[in-house]
Amino acid sequence: MTAEPSVVEVTLDSDLKNLEVVEEMVRRVAGTAGFGEESEHQIEMAVHESMINAIWHGNKNDPSKSVWLRFEIYKDRLEIRVRDQGNGFNISEVPDPCSAENLLRVSGRGIYLIRTFMDEFHVKHLPGSGTEVTMVKRIDPAH
Amino acid sequence: MSMKATIRQVDSVTVVDISGRITLGEGCAQLRELIRGQLTKGNKRVLINLADVTYIDSSGIGELVSAYTAVTNQGGELKLLKLTQKVHDLLQITKLYTVFDVHDDEAKAIASFGKS
Repeated sequence: MTAEPSVVEVTLDSDLKNLEVVEEMVRRVAGTAGFGEESEHQIEMAVHESMINAIWHGNKNDPSKSVWLRFEIYKDRLEIRVRDQGNGFNISEVPDPCSAENLLRVSGRGIYLIRTFMDEFHVKHLPGSGTEVTMVKRIDPAH
Repeated sequence: MSMKATIRQVDSVTVVDISGRITLGEGCAQLRELIRGQLTKGNKRVLINLADVTYIDSSGIGELVSAYTAVTNQGGELKLLKLTQKVHDLLQITKLYTVFDVHDDEAKAIASFGKS
């Protein structure tokens, strides 16, 4: 049986100006969940990159659209969902930014960083309502 | 805190001291314009000092790559100075650490231009 999580949920205008607001929120949530400084920074970066994907790629930088963000703090993990109002993307088509032919590309490292920093990363297309990514970071009792 | 950049000339090298955030939007655009401006002036030896960078995201990393490519394509050299631990880790993770010539000591970095 899984205990009910503590939940923080917010809907924001799809605007890059909200990134620093979200980063502050992530620091507070990660601190409450019991993560150390390094994990906190990793989570912050993962959410930052997800927000950029949602605002820039998903919502096409349209400030009339929204980004929905939900944190669920469990005893053993933090689950984060970021939902935009875009048409989604195929995760299998995202190129490896570390391969020799892509190493000097200007963009394409965001999802790679999210996958590196988080324990789980899933993308779900919600027909008619957008794309939702779910990220999970497990709480290491040793830290 | 947004990005701030100051430019100084040390011998034949243009040193760019950056502080604050290099992130999608203002920070990245500012860095791009700055590098473009230096290349237009013929300054092709560029040392970017990242000691006071508080935050860099994937777009900021991409902008450093873009600067490196722009300078190199014009026959110049672009090197990095004084990476913070977080920037160092990001360059390692993205396999870019070996692409850039990274220095901790400014005088040695300046002296290394034109020798590689």
